Parts: sequence; structure tokens; C-alpha cells
Amino acid sequence: MNIHEYQAKALFEKYGVAVPKGVAARTAAEFEPALAQLPDAPVVVKSQIHAGGRGKGTFTDGFKGGVKFAKTKADALAYAKAMFNNTLITAQTGPAGRKVQTVYFTQASDITKEYYLAILLDRVTSRPVIVASTEGGVEIEKVAHETPDKIFKIIVDPAVGLQGYQTRELAFRLGLTGDYFKNAVKLIGSLYTMFWETDAAMVEVNPLITTPTGSVLALDAKVSFDDNALFRHPEIVALRDLNEEDPKEIEAAKFSLSYIALDGNIACLVNGAGLAMSTMDIIKHYGGSPANFLDVGGGASKDQVQAAFKIILTDPNVKGIMVNIFGGIMDCNTIATGVVAATRELGLKIPLVVRLEGNNVAAGKKTLAESGLTIHSADTMADAAQKIVKLVA
Amino acid sequence: MSIIVTEKTKVLVQGITGEFGARHTKLSLDYGTQIVAGVTPGKGGQFFEHGTHRVPIFNTVRDAVAATGATASAVFVPPPFAADAILECADAGLDLCVAITEGIPIKDMIRAKRAMLGSKTRLIGPNCPGIVTPGTGKDSAGGCRIGIAPGYIHKKGHVGVVSRSGTLTYEAVFQLTSKGLGQSTSVGIGGDPVNGTSHLDVIKMFNDDPDTWGIILIGEIGGNAEVEAARWVKANCKKPVAGFIAGATAPAGRRMGHAGAVVGGAEDTAAAKIAVFKECGIECAITPSDMADALIRAAKAKGAKLA
Repeated sequence: MNIHEYQAKALFEKYGVAVPKGVAARTAAEFEPALAQLPDAPVVVKSQIHAGGRGKGTFTDGFKGGVKFAKTKADALAYAKAMFNNTLITAQTGPAGRKVQTVYFTQASDITKEYYLAILLDRVTSRPVIVASTEGGVEIEKVAHETPDKIFKIIVDPAVGLQGYQTRELAFRLGLTGDYFKNAVKLIGSLYTMFWETDAAMVEVNPLITTPTGSVLALDAKVSFDDNALFRHPEIVALRDLNEEDPKEIEAAKFSLSYIALDGNIACLVNGAGLAMSTMDIIKHYGGSPANFLDVGGGASKDQVQAAFKIILTDPNVKGIMVNIFGGIMDCNTIATGVVAATRELGLKIPLVVRLEGNNVAAGKKTLAESGLTIHSADTMADAAQKIVKLVA
Repeated sequence: MSIIVTEKTKVLVQGITGEFGARHTKLSLDYGTQIVAGVTPGKGGQFFEHGTHRVPIFNTVRDAVAATGATASAVFVPPPFAADAILECADAGLDLCVAITEGIPIKDMIRAKRAMLGSKTRLIGPNCPGIVTPGTGKDSAGGCRIGIAPGYIHKKGHVGVVSRSGTLTYEAVFQLTSKGLGQSTSVGIGGDPVNGTSHLDVIKMFNDDPDTWGIILIGEIGGNAEVEAARWVKANCKKPVAGFIAGATAPAGRRMGHAGAVVGGAEDTAAAKIAVFKECGIECAITPSDMADALIRAAKAKGAKLA
């Protein structure tokens, strides 16, 4: 689960990670009171959406920049009005962009130097890793690719937690001294505590800055949480912003379906994440384009299949459906019955190819064949993919 | 022969009285697996009954082991309590813990894995379909089935299958069986970022097993476990190996943010992994329908037998 920058910074403050003073506004009426809480300008005005690349983004009405530096509070107000309820397109939002429904005003900071700091899971060691770099404010992939010697990593032993020598080592490697060193050590320690206690999946600060007065501040904040651990963090769940999520994905979650929208025209309905991913792959292999990832899970019911069809069909790009079920334990006839019911109920007009294999497959195929509906049956994944690609073309 | 488990392995089930655990315990019993005990705290002394089977239930894993000599466990415990169940296996000194549970918090697994360092207990999973060593009976019955895989699609034989994904494992096993190629053991290592047994661990065991003549290695995007296994295969494995990587069309950025790419390196996309497989002499399945055929091609190229 992702949260907004302003929410992440509130968490930072709670854990003692220094951030520039900031106030969020969720309605236009809140703009002026929010600005009044900040000391004198300059102020930075930041669009709050769950996607990066905001600064270089463009709004659909042509207004440029989802993050603006304002010399006066009057300018800040004007920028906020331009951003609010406007749709921001960045390198990470896709062409549809995201509607800005919260604006975050922060006190502008004088920057001595920019750094990079992140905490996440290191999959090789199965332990948390702290990643830092002297090259902040730029794309970290680029730094990793071009100057990997400027990236430093500390692996934390979960049995004892982050040790003092580790944070010192990291701060020294970043070349920090004096107050900067002391403040960075404190900040890294606090950030790790927050990462660990909140079950964060990733915490990224880019840039982390030093100021002429000796401060070390998190100028930006990107935080995501482990979905599996949300059950023990109601305070984190409360930060969820449904406006940032695809309504189809929210609907799917209600039926325990895992759905991710893509931009192709062949919808798929599959059991199992690995099989669902490879179904997308095989559609592409035969020249088609998948419209979604949809995993109905290991024990799909008739209701789930019907819900899945409804969700798939709300995507106007969908021109055909491929159902791929390997019913290991699950009864293929249950799936077949669900497919027939959904096809009837929704008056399906677009081509449907069904590949069933596994438990009780003969009965499942019979149900499809005797339904009187135009359902194309396939024996293998390859056969199904070729058929649906041809039918949609 | 086989790896990790044989038809004689004595298995206990943690969470045997839950709906999911009970359903799959029955299927394992029907398959002929030696399910000797169940563990549900507070239900010690009761029995799990299925047909003629009467499986004793214990309050703790330690009690179950002492009474029955079980050496392996299947964990069907709900996510909030699953890491605790895994550690109970390790503390009781089991050889094997197969964690089926999906949705365990990553932090719980980070801690459990650290706590199991140096333990004799091998962890498979979590979030995995489990392990099957097929038997010689009808539909491969008489074998050892720990977890949730369909037993009947297997056939006793000489191909080892290792995969992160459940249904893709079934797909590969089904293709093999349909072509008359049996399996020594099929292992689902699970889809979670922190898991016990890696692709490489399983590949090494298949390499050492004289009864495994060929290997199918199934992976997916994210992490570098498949790359690690492939490099080892290139240097050490003479047996034919076929590979498949799922997720070539998965949307970027839906997994991890920027820093993930730093730690994972450039090797965690499907294209990068397939390139490494090819470079390491692993025959790549062009589509998921091609997994068994890819292994047959690999065997032919090496002049090796698969059955």
C-alpha cells in the first residue's frame, strides 16, 4: 500500500526524522489557512499523487510542473489553484494522469547538497538494507548504472537491529562531518525505526539534503507498506487513498481477485499468479496484447468467476476474453458453470476462448459445449492464445 | 529415489483442524502419504478422522514428534500465526517444514529466517504449493504429497521440477506426464520475497540425486534467485535443464520502486533472466506450453535419457 508524501512526512516527524515544515490542504478553502501556518515565503507547492516525476510533469490543461517554487505566498496560492482538481501526467502516471486532490505547502529549504537514502528488503540476504548515495535528487537507477561506487549499502541483522557503527559508517561514507554527521546519524536511526515498526516495504528519501545551518532534512518522502502486515496497523490503513487506486482493482479485491489493469485488448482470467503472468506472456507471444492480469486464486467459486467477468467487461478496450484454468484441486466444472452463467447474465458479445485442464475437465468441457453459447474451447495454453488472438484481430 | 521426501516420510500437519488444512490433509491421506499427526493448540487428544484414517492431534509440535516420530511438517496456520508455527518446527528439530500459508508479513519471515540460521530444519515456502514425490500406484498414489498440489497429475519418474508458482508447476508436471515423462520430485518454493529454500538449493539436490535425469527450472520476474541458479548450473550441472521465466509482459513499477532496482540490479526482468539462462546453456521454453518440450530438446542435445 502506498501513501502520499504529506502522510509519509507526518510519520517521519512522529519518528523524529527531520522534514521541512509543511501543511497539506485537501480543499481550496484550506489553501490560505494552510499557508498562514508556514513562516514567510519562499514556499514550495507540491501536488500529492501516488506517482513520481511530479516536478517534470504537465497538467492536462497545459500548466507545467506538479511541484512549484513560489517566491511569495500569493504565488503559492495561484499555483495551488492551478494544480488542484487538475490532472497531472508524469513519466510514471501513464497517459491518463492522476487528478490532484491534495496540495502540500512546504517551507522552501536552502540546499547545501543533495543525497539519496532508502530502506527496503534485500532479497539476497532476506534482511533490511539501507541504501545511500552522495548523488541525490536524480534518478537512482542512473547512479547505480553509471557510478555504482557512489552507492553505499548497509545490511541490518534483524536479530539485533541497526547498530550505531553501521549508521556512523554510512554517514562517514557520505562524507558528512560535524553537525551534519550527528544529524544524519540520528535521522538514519529514526528512519530505520519507522521502517521496522510500521512494517514498511520501502522508505525512500530523494533527496535528503544538508542546509547551510547544519540541518539534515528529508526533502521528499516515498513510503509503501507490506500489504500482508496491514492487519496489525489500522493507523496505516487509515491513510489509504482510494482515489489513487483503479476502481476495477478495488472491486476485484472485494471478491479476493487479484486484478491489474493493462492497456491491451485481450482480457484474461486465470488461476494462480505465475500462470496468470505467463498467460499474458503467451498472448503477447502470438501477437496479441493483454488487457489485464487477473488471478482468481486457487479455489475460485462461481460467484468469483461472475464478478471477474463483470470487472473485465468494464474495460472498454477489451475485445476478447481468454480463460485459462489449471484446475489442480479446483473442479473444472465449477469454473465452466461460472463461465456459462456469467456469459448468459452479461449477454457477452465478444469472443471467449476457454482452456480448461485438470480435475473433472471432461464434465467442464461438456458444460461449455452443451450451453448453446459461442464459447471456443481450447486444449492447451498455446492453442487458446492463438485462437483468441485470431478472433480479436 | 527422490529429493527431500520419500513415500516413507512421516508428516505432521499444523493447522489440521482448519478448513484448508483439513481438506488437503484428506487429499494427502488419499494419496497415500504418511500423515501421522496433526497439531492444533488446545485440541490435543482429539483425532482427525477420514475414512479408515484416525490421525492423532497434539497441542504442540514437540508432543507430536515425540509420540509419532514425524520428521516433516505442513504448515496451514493463518498468516498472523504462521511464522510462530514455522519456528515451532525448527525448535522441535524437524528435518522439513513446508509452509503453505499465503500472506505472512515480510517482517515475520525476515525474523523467522534469521532465527532459523544454523537450524537443521529445511524450510520450503511460505506461500507455496509444497512438494510431491510421486508414488508407483494409480495416478501416482503411494507417494509423499505435502501441501496443496494435485497428486494425480504426477507420474513416478526422473524429471525434477522446481518453481516459485503453484499452477505453473502443475502445468509443467502435467505436460511431462502427458508425454510419458515421470517426475522424481516436484518442489514449489513459493512466491514470497523471503523464503526458505531457493531455486539453487533445489537444483543442487536434483544434481546430486542419481534418479533425477533432467530438470525444469521455472521462475518469474523479481529478485535474482533464478540467475544465481542458472550460473551454478553452467558451472556444475551436467544434466539437461530447461527453464521458463514468467512475467515478460508484466507492467514495470508495479513491484518495487527505484531503490529495488538498485538492490536487485538489472537482472530481475524476464528478458534479462532469459538471456542469462541462454548464456548458461539452459534450454528456454518459448511459451509456458513449451516447458516439457524444451526439456526434451535439452536432453536430445546432450544425448541424455529422461525416462
